[in-house]
Amino acid sequence: MKISLLLTCTADLLYPASARASVEVLEKLGVEVKFPRLQTCCGQPWLNTGNLEGARRLALHTLEVFEDAQTVVAISSSCADTVRNHYAELFPDSPALRDRFEALGQRTYEFCQFLHLVVGIKKMPRHPDPARTTYHSSCRTLRGIGLRGVAEEYLAQMFVEDFVPLPEQETCCGFGGSFSVKLPEVSGRLLADKLKNITTTGATRVASLDLSCLTHLSTGARRLGLAGIRFLHLAELMAGALK
Amino acid sequence: MMKASHNFRKASAAAVADEVLGAAVEKTATLLFSGRASAAARYPGFEELRDWGRSRKMEVSGDLWRFARRFADRLEAAGGVAHYARDAREAVEIVEGIARRLGAVSAVKSKSMTAEEVSLNEALLKAGVAVTETDLGEFIIQLAGEKPSHIVAPAIHKNREQVADLFHKALGSPPGLDVGGLVQVARKTLRERFLAADIGITGANFAVSETGSIAIVTNEGNGRLTTALPPVQIALVGIDKIIPKLYDLTGILTLLTRSATGQVVSSYVTVITGPRREGEEEGPRELHVVLLDNGRSSLAAGQFREMLHCLHCGACLNSCPVYRAVGGHAYESVYPGPMGDVLSPLLWGLDAYADLPDACTLCGRCAEVCPMRIPLPEFHRRLRVLRTDLKGKKAAWKALVPAILAGHPMLYRAGLKGMRRLLSSGPGLSGLLKAGPAKAWSLCREAPRPGEGPDFRSWWEQRQKGPKGDTDEQG
Repeated sequence: MKISLLLTCTADLLYPASARASVEVLEKLGVEVKFPRLQTCCGQPWLNTGNLEGARRLALHTLEVFEDAQTVVAISSSCADTVRNHYAELFPDSPALRDRFEALGQRTYEFCQFLHLVVGIKKMPRHPDPARTTYHSSCRTLRGIGLRGVAEEYLAQMFVEDFVPLPEQETCCGFGGSFSVKLPEVSGRLLADKLKNITTTGATRVASLDLSCLTHLSTGARRLGLAGIRFLHLAELMAGALK
Repeated sequence: MMKASHNFRKASAAAVADEVLGAAVEKTATLLFSGRASAAARYPGFEELRDWGRSRKMEVSGDLWRFARRFADRLEAAGGVAHYARDAREAVEIVEGIARRLGAVSAVKSKSMTAEEVSLNEALLKAGVAVTETDLGEFIIQLAGEKPSHIVAPAIHKNREQVADLFHKALGSPPGLDVGGLVQVARKTLRERFLAADIGITGANFAVSETGSIAIVTNEGNGRLTTALPPVQIALVGIDKIIPKLYDLTGILTLLTRSATGQVVSSYVTVITGPRREGEEEGPRELHVVLLDNGRSSLAAGQFREMLHCLHCGACLNSCPVYRAVGGHAYESVYPGPMGDVLSPLLWGLDAYADLPDACTLCGRCAEVCPMRIPLPEFHRRLRVLRTDLKGKKAAWKALVPAILAGHPMLYRAGLKGMRRLLSSGPGLSGLLKAGPAKAWSLCREAPRPGEGPDFRSWWEQRQKGPKGDTDEQG
């Protein structure tokens, strides 16, 4: 099986380790990974701030880069959601383009979703370095791409009793893209609530499938001086377990 | 109602800082939200019922005037009087006109957000009619001289201690009463007003086109007293409240009460078809229904048509992280929360409520619980698009330029490299954090730090040059 990696600009800028781990996990599980180097950003920031012209440009660029790909795997849920569920509607007046975007969306997956649905991975080995771990199940994972319980199942297999579900796990962390800087006081409140829930679990690791949420949580934790907690993409923990 | 320049950031920041408010809203919203979740789970086929409800409302919104005319015809055939109000002013004038003709000096009112929308109480007070709110939450709000902060639970922002204190000061009740005591005080006060009222004013949860009936859902029985005791009833009803047939009421009521409070059915459902008939001993001699448009019909033909399907159940408010953090008043509109973010700009102008489309993290929870499946997050996005269109060419270009750069692989990579360097360097960054979005970010967060090790692209290229010596065929 061959996939083309949709790196996402967040990983490109901030999370090389998450991207490296994603490649390692995919290869370990027998997936051949390609990396189309001309890819840039999926355009989500423009889509969500009502700048459709900008979103269309980046959608078209992404289509150009990935149209030949058999399968696309994105390593952040919100970017996968953008390609899967929002590209086609950007082109209401062009049925031909809409069809192409819909086809691209149908063969685009988020990393964990791909492992579960397409590769059919049902089991993860125990992680060699156990530590109490919780999971932030991001809004776009739950309600964008509709993935519930899968990452939690993998984490429970890797960490057994060291995996602790996060209280109020379906609640937003308050990032919301431009929301975080347009309404920073409200965003900060939601962030503080989320971090409080995280600390109550006693976890020293927080895994997620959305890199934007991880950025929000980790920078907020650093502000609060929560030094003992690491924020990781699920792939990084899987890479450790599969070594 | 109209706001020259509503500043949601300012209002929400103040609300977030109010811990008593936050705790009160969180407590009740959580209760209602979990009530909705279990009520939906316990009803087999609730998801199908949502689809069905939506389809019934689609039928109405697709031919709004036909259903409205038929409602008016059937109401008049049953002996009622139908009025049509194009806007808030007309609605108020119609009600004032009726009050003047009757020489009315007092009115009792059951909860109506539509009446709030047109500021009916203020107008009637000026016309010499004393209005008493009879819904307990509304009664509290009226005593406090405030506005409702939730469309179903208007006093959600107050805790018991605050209400006991208010009753003590305003009604002379003993201090520190518990909930039961407070209810008794309200009940005694209200009973006298019910008996003395010249007019009963209500809203309606539904207006049945087929029969000209209105249906009112309450939990306190105040709706029934308001419609049974005073000699004249006036119902102010948004034209979006119309449903096709009486039969539809069963399913749509189920959707409403389960979504709003988690109840199988509310304590009272009052269905009224016309005024008191010959030989009947109860009910008003006159029944007036004022059908209010106030911008609603303009939605029927456009991309926000589904807002006309809103049951005003409040489930989206209870599910919304923003609403739960700030409560209703910060929205400075009669309609707060997700449905309000969309309705307020649509009904009263995007210039008046330019910030509200941003009062949403796009988390999608509201769409998950909306009984009518209104795509509320998508509607927030669409309003942001309309707002961009309003801002003109210069602003559009300002947003487009970074997209053009980001779509160019070389420039994109160079840009990321620069940003990575900036984020990795302490001093360069501290200057950046003093301005614009970076300043807002740094209010409660540190600057992001690029992860350790080589960036992914360098790592990938190095790897491709590895032992096998072959390179990636793409790029």
